[in-house]
Order: sequence, then structure tokens, then C-alpha cells
Amino acid sequence: MLSIYLAYLKTSIAVMFQYRASMLIWMIWRVIEPIIYLVVWTAVAKSRGGEVGGYTPGTFAAYYIVLMIVQQYTFTWIMHEYEWRVRSGTLSAVLLKPIHPIHSDIADNIGYKVLMTVIIFPAALFIGLLFAPVFTFHADLFILFLLAVVLSYVMRFFIEWALALVAFWTTRNEAFNQVYFLLGLFLTGRIAPLGLLPDWLREVGDALPFQWMLAFPVELLLGRLTNGEIAHGLTMQVLWLVFSFGLHRIVWWRGVRKYSAVGA
Amino acid sequence: MRIGILNELAYRMNFLVQLLQSGMSLLTALVGFLVVFSHTETLGDWRPNDILALLGVYLIVGGLVGLLIRPSMSRLMEDVREGTLDYTLTKPEDAQFLVSIAQVRIWKLTDFVLGSIVLGYALFNRGLDVGFDETIAFAVTLTCGGAIVYSFFLILSTLSFWFIRIDNILVIFDAMYQAGRWPIGLYPYWLKFVLTFIVPIAFAITVPAEGLIGRLDAQTLGLDIGVATLMIAVSRLFWRYGLRNYSGASA
Repeated sequence: MLSIYLAYLKTSIAVMFQYRASMLIWMIWRVIEPIIYLVVWTAVAKSRGGEVGGYTPGTFAAYYIVLMIVQQYTFTWIMHEYEWRVRSGTLSAVLLKPIHPIHSDIADNIGYKVLMTVIIFPAALFIGLLFAPVFTFHADLFILFLLAVVLSYVMRFFIEWALALVAFWTTRNEAFNQVYFLLGLFLTGRIAPLGLLPDWLREVGDALPFQWMLAFPVELLLGRLTNGEIAHGLTMQVLWLVFSFGLHRIVWWRGVRKYSAVGA
Repeated sequence: MRIGILNELAYRMNFLVQLLQSGMSLLTALVGFLVVFSHTETLGDWRPNDILALLGVYLIVGGLVGLLIRPSMSRLMEDVREGTLDYTLTKPEDAQFLVSIAQVRIWKLTDFVLGSIVLGYALFNRGLDVGFDETIAFAVTLTCGGAIVYSFFLILSTLSFWFIRIDNILVIFDAMYQAGRWPIGLYPYWLKFVLTFIVPIAFAITVPAEGLIGRLDAQTLGLDIGVATLMIAVSRLFWRYGLRNYSGASA
């Protein structure tokens, strides 16, 4: 299994290296977005005399820099990928391979993350120099943070992989993807730290896994959570992980049957 | 032009997809707006209705760019790559004119319509204080903004005579464009510079919005007109220079 992964990883890095300019350009999206919201919230904090919801311009900067890095390492593009695979008809080829397709998807994702490491940290440093983040480093929190990021990554991967398979049932699942991304934008903490969201939105978020993907690891590292909240968060991550692992098994099994029934 | 529209009408499904996308991006913007203004009364020195008006202009301009400018420019890059530009060049009309109207994406009108509604609502809330001066200022700055964005796209597309694969560069414009949903003045100095003179988002969105709500000063207006004139001239010259260097696919 390991050798299969190594082979997958090598091909995917080689392929991505061919498209390095495009990948760099797509990166801009994920760097610009946190800068925009950082700028807006900095302006809000200033107009309120330097602080809003427990955040100052300095801690907002730290928040958005860490958020950008966590987002970079945990995001997947798998839902777009499946939409494209179904529309272009390449899904059948994927299904014909003797190995379960999730393995090559995982390898692609890891390969991309490895490559992008050389860009995201300079980008974070650059933003750091411009916005003067206020941040104290705690070694014990950092270890818990790494754990939370890994859990977030695995959980997110299975959730989005399972949802990507909605493509088996409809040929145009843009609508579905759009709703998912919109919810994600608000409920992961990208548009604002969750504490600044109105109550009704936070209640929606409590029923969904989004806050455990980004907001939780970020706030953990910044030292904004109590021990009880950290324990609760890690538990929720594990629960969502177990749930999404089960979900992806069920959806995959039913989806493949459905797809062959159509007669591909 | 007519053919472009008819082509698009044939794909009605795209309309639903576009409507969904426009609706989602409007919803995103509105919820973001509500969240921000639940914590403050002003942003910089912009009041909520000013920001809402800015959002309207953002959608209107984005719609117009997606409707008129972008499709033709993407088409131009593709034509250069595939060699089909030669057909256009043999026609007796001015080539720049022909490539600039080659394609429209009619469904982008949804952004335009949604933007007009948002803008109308914002102006209504402000007590409809748009007088003659503001209307003129808006018309002038919007025209200049359009001219600047058009020239910007033309220059990028002309680059494809030398670099075949640069269509991805338009993605940079999209990424930067979202920064225009908020007043450019909020951004730190270096970013303000980038969003004004490198990717002309400020001239496309913030300045027209300022014109409409009467916060535009004469200096900015002068700069806007100057930059627009310059950009039109430079892009035209660059296009002709590029064309002279272009040997065509068959040569």
C-alpha cells in the first residue's frame, strides 16, 4: 500500500509541477481572501476604539494568518473534481482502476499540500510583516493544535469526499456545492471569528461540522479556548470524523451501484 | 454581436447556474455586510448605506465586465492560441473593434440587475439625495472605469501574442476584484497602490460609487479621466505593436 502511495505521490507532484504557474495564480485566491477580511475587521476594531469582541487589530492579524495556513492545509477541491469527472465522463475510467479511487485523491491532495508549503509560509510571513500580529507561542497548545489540524484535515477530507459523490446522482451538482461552500465561508470562521457572528448563525453552525474545520484549531493555537472547550472540540472532531468515515463508505457503495445501473 | 447573443440563448441551463451563482454571491455579500455592521456604525468614514451602494456598484460593474469585456478577451486569447485570429484580421473593419465585440455572455446581466436593485435600495435609504452633479459624476466615472478595465484587459490579452498560455492571468483579476466590495481606502498603503494602479479595481468600483454618493473630490475625478485617457491610448498602441509582431498561425 505504501509503495502505491509513493508512486501516486510522485506522479501527482510531477503533474502539478508542470502547472506551477497556474497553481501559483490559484493560490492568490486563498491569500487575498483572509487579507480582505483582516482589513475590514481591523477597520471595525479601529472605529470601535481599538477592540471588537475581544479582538484587537493585532490579534485579528494573528487570527487570519493562522486561519490562512490551516485553510491551506485542510482544504480539498474534491467536490469540484467529481463534478468535472462526471461532466467530462472521466469518472468511468477512474472506476475501472483496480484500486479504490480515494487513494489517488488522497495522494493528490497531500502532494499539493507539500508543494504549496514553499509558498504559504512566505505569504504568511509577508502578511505578518505588514499587519503586525500579536501572538504568544505556547508549546503545549502548539502540539494540541497540530493534533486538531490533522483531525480537521482527515474529517474534512471524508466529509467532502462523501459529498462529492452526490455527483453520482445528479449531473449538475454545482448548486449543491455552492450551498456547501457558502455555509463553509460563514461557519468555518473565514468571514469573521465565530464569536462575532450573530446568535442565529452560530446556532446553525453548532449543528454542522464547519466550525471544527478551521475556527477551532485556529482559536486553540491563539490561546482563546479554555481546557474544557479544547476537550469538547477534539471530541467533536473525532465524532464527526467517525461519522464522515461511515458516510463515505455508505455513499460510495450505493453510488457505484447506482452509477453502473445507469449503464456506464 | 447578435450572433453572440443568440449563441448564449441556446444554453438556457447556463442561465439557472448563473442565477444561482449571482444569488449566492449576493447573499454572501449581504450576510457579510450585516455581520460587520452589527458591530459598528461606520467603516472608515463610510456609513452602512454607502457600503451598500458600493456593493451595488461592485455587482453592476462586475456584471458589465463579465457581460461585455471578459468573454471577448478570453476569446481573443483562445483565437491567438488556436490560430483562428487570422480570420478576424482579414476583415476590413478595425481589428481591435472586431475582437472587442466578438462575444457576450448575456446571463451576466443577472449580476447587473441584482446590483441595480441593491444600489437602488441603498440610494432610497439615503433619502434619494442624488442630484444632477452626482449623476454626472457617476456617469463620467463609470465610463472612465469601464475604459480603464477594458484597456487593462486588452493589454493582458495582447500579451498572449508573446506568451501563449496566460489565460490564467485573468484569474488574478477575479481574485483581486473581490477586494473592491469594500472601499479601497481601507486597505494599507501598498495594497491601495496595487488595487489602484496595477489592477485598476479602485477606478472600476470605489470611484464611481464615491461619485454617486457625492464624496468624490475634483482631484480624484481629474486623475480618473487622465488615467482613462492614458490607458485607452497605451492599450491601443500596445495592441497595434503586438499585431505588427504577430505573424499569424499560417505564416
